[in-house]
Amino acid sequence: MSAKSTILSLPREEYVHPGTRACSGCGLAIAYRVGLKALGEDTMLIVPPSCLTVLQGLFPVAATKLPCLNVTFASTAAAATGIIAALKTQGNDHTTVAAWAGDGGTSDIGLQALSGAAERGDNFIYFCYDNEGYMNTGVQRSGTTPAGAITANTPFRGKPQQKKDVPAIMAAHHLSYVATCSAAYPLDLYDKVKNCLDYPGAKYFHIHIPCPPGWGYEPRHGIKIGRLAVETGYFDLYEIINGKLTLTAASEKLLEKRKLVPVREYFRAQSRFKVLTDEQIEEIQKQINEKWEGYYSTAG
Amino acid sequence: MHIIENGNVAAAMGIRLCRATVIAAYPITPQTPLTEKLSEYIDSGQMKAEYIPVESEHSAMAVCIAAASAGARVSTATSANGLLYMHEQVQWASGARLPIVMCVVNRAVGAPWNIWNDQQDSVSQRDTGWMQLYCADHQQIIDTVIKAYWIAEKSSIPVMVCYDGYILSHTYMPFDLPEQEKVDLFLPPFRPDYVLSPAEPANLNTVTLPDTRVDIHGELAHGYMEIRYLLQEDLRNSLELIGQAEQRFSEIFGRGTDPYLEDYLCADAEYVALGMGSITYQLRVSVDALRAEGIKVGVMGLRVYRPFPDEAVAAALQGKKGVIVFEKALSYGYEGALASDLKAALYDRLAATGALPRVRGFIAGIGGRDIRTAELTSSLRSAIQETTHTGPLWIGLNL
Repeated sequence: MSAKSTILSLPREEYVHPGTRACSGCGLAIAYRVGLKALGEDTMLIVPPSCLTVLQGLFPVAATKLPCLNVTFASTAAAATGIIAALKTQGNDHTTVAAWAGDGGTSDIGLQALSGAAERGDNFIYFCYDNEGYMNTGVQRSGTTPAGAITANTPFRGKPQQKKDVPAIMAAHHLSYVATCSAAYPLDLYDKVKNCLDYPGAKYFHIHIPCPPGWGYEPRHGIKIGRLAVETGYFDLYEIINGKLTLTAASEKLLEKRKLVPVREYFRAQSRFKVLTDEQIEEIQKQINEKWEGYYSTAG
Repeated sequence: MHIIENGNVAAAMGIRLCRATVIAAYPITPQTPLTEKLSEYIDSGQMKAEYIPVESEHSAMAVCIAAASAGARVSTATSANGLLYMHEQVQWASGARLPIVMCVVNRAVGAPWNIWNDQQDSVSQRDTGWMQLYCADHQQIIDTVIKAYWIAEKSSIPVMVCYDGYILSHTYMPFDLPEQEKVDLFLPPFRPDYVLSPAEPANLNTVTLPDTRVDIHGELAHGYMEIRYLLQEDLRNSLELIGQAEQRFSEIFGRGTDPYLEDYLCADAEYVALGMGSITYQLRVSVDALRAEGIKVGVMGLRVYRPFPDEAVAAALQGKKGVIVFEKALSYGYEGALASDLKAALYDRLAATGALPRVRGFIAGIGGRDIRTAELTSSLRSAIQETTHTGPLWIGLNL
């Protein structure tokens, strides 16, 4: 990645009007605002039902200044294909097409359409904002809800299954560009969006989004919790460019420091993990350590 | 120019003549030869369009919805379970008021699997807010595709062009290939009122409340119910538009007929057989046979199922002793949907006259069961002669 942005170098232009319908402390509100700054005004958006539908407001008022097509839950990426096709027939080769979908809309119901568009190599950017559950319908478990998390339909023992690794699934489509980001690191998100614009075909972003009502913490702690996810080595920030994975930003620094914050700190900051036992946390810590040993040895 | 081709190619030629610019489709029998032909046109440069080989019918309609929202003239085609898989998107397309034209090559729906013809697929989509036009031969297929784009774009309502799988899709028939210049004259380029674009940003299909709501300028905007009411009003008004399309078409191409009903010997008939699609041409043979026996009977082919041309139907059937409906679909648990619709139209418009034609229903050709003309004839004869039969009778059943 080339230039590193600072808070002062971000464009002043806002594409998300103030006063959205997002919950207070919503991580998506940060990621969306900064993401759209990076995409710029020559962009067309596709949004399936999700928290973003709520954030964008109720007809006839809209919080987003860019053109946006709301589509059905399972059809996000296919709708992007449709916009791209229409633009092509109009000789428009400059407008960026960007889809923003939640984790359920991506990892569960939208995966088939996403895989189809990725395989076809359609030139667009797909953003999965991952708040790790069906939050706008009342916190149900999704494919990307992590193991151990309490949700409305894993109410007592937490989710027994692992989180689905969607960036790896998308990388297996041999995309030119795959990246993970976090709402707690908006400048990294900004730089990655700018960077991906140079790559052909479908680009995939997976953004970790702290969610106060869904995760169980006070709204003011969102950035802290988002950072903890990265500093514990639990959620990693990286780019996969033409198949090559490189840790970026705070995760890249962890590679240099070789010291992870204990994952217990991340879990204990949120009520959704309250049923995780010390033994389970220890097991997860072991898995994280093993993953990072792999990173260390690759880095040499 | 007269050519001999199959029904799927007639549809593909119609779509090409209409200069559709985005095609998205997923393979399903018996629709495949249609989309293969479009791929061939596009790949060889005979047609300037984007062909999107989607991974499902749900995505085919997603591409059509998005491309039409961004200003493209779009097309897709499907059959049977493909149409059912698309159902959510079918409703979305009409709610979003997009002038999409889709060919439905009629086929039975599973379970159990069956690839042969009936009309359960499109009839089950009756209430989706789309127009449904039914074709009885290849000339009607190609002409209806062309008219469908004009009607759809004038009304901002999507249109299904339905024709029987195999019986029409895979058989060869001579038909007149419309000249490109005449099609261009009939169908001007697609210029929607609003095109999704960064030049004029809008947020389309957002969450809309039950009640009306003021916008930021203080002007009252529609609630969900107003938006849906207008779809219904515009669908009803499109009956007139369908008439205008027929008129324009006949002025330019020199052929045309009644836009709603295709009449065969109905003028002096005491009884009328009613149906949709190819079965109505087969019924003509039965009618000829019964006429030879001295029974005054005619056939009416319904060309427009939605919006339902109730006024035209009631006017045409007023004074008849009976109407016998032949359907390749039914509303399970009751009767054929067309029979119910017909009864409602006749009751609404003729009950006050005290002269309601008797309506009898037959279900035929389900899952491609061969419809023998002799059976059609005897069914029609018995329905005319007997007065006891209520509810639909099945033709050709072997229990």
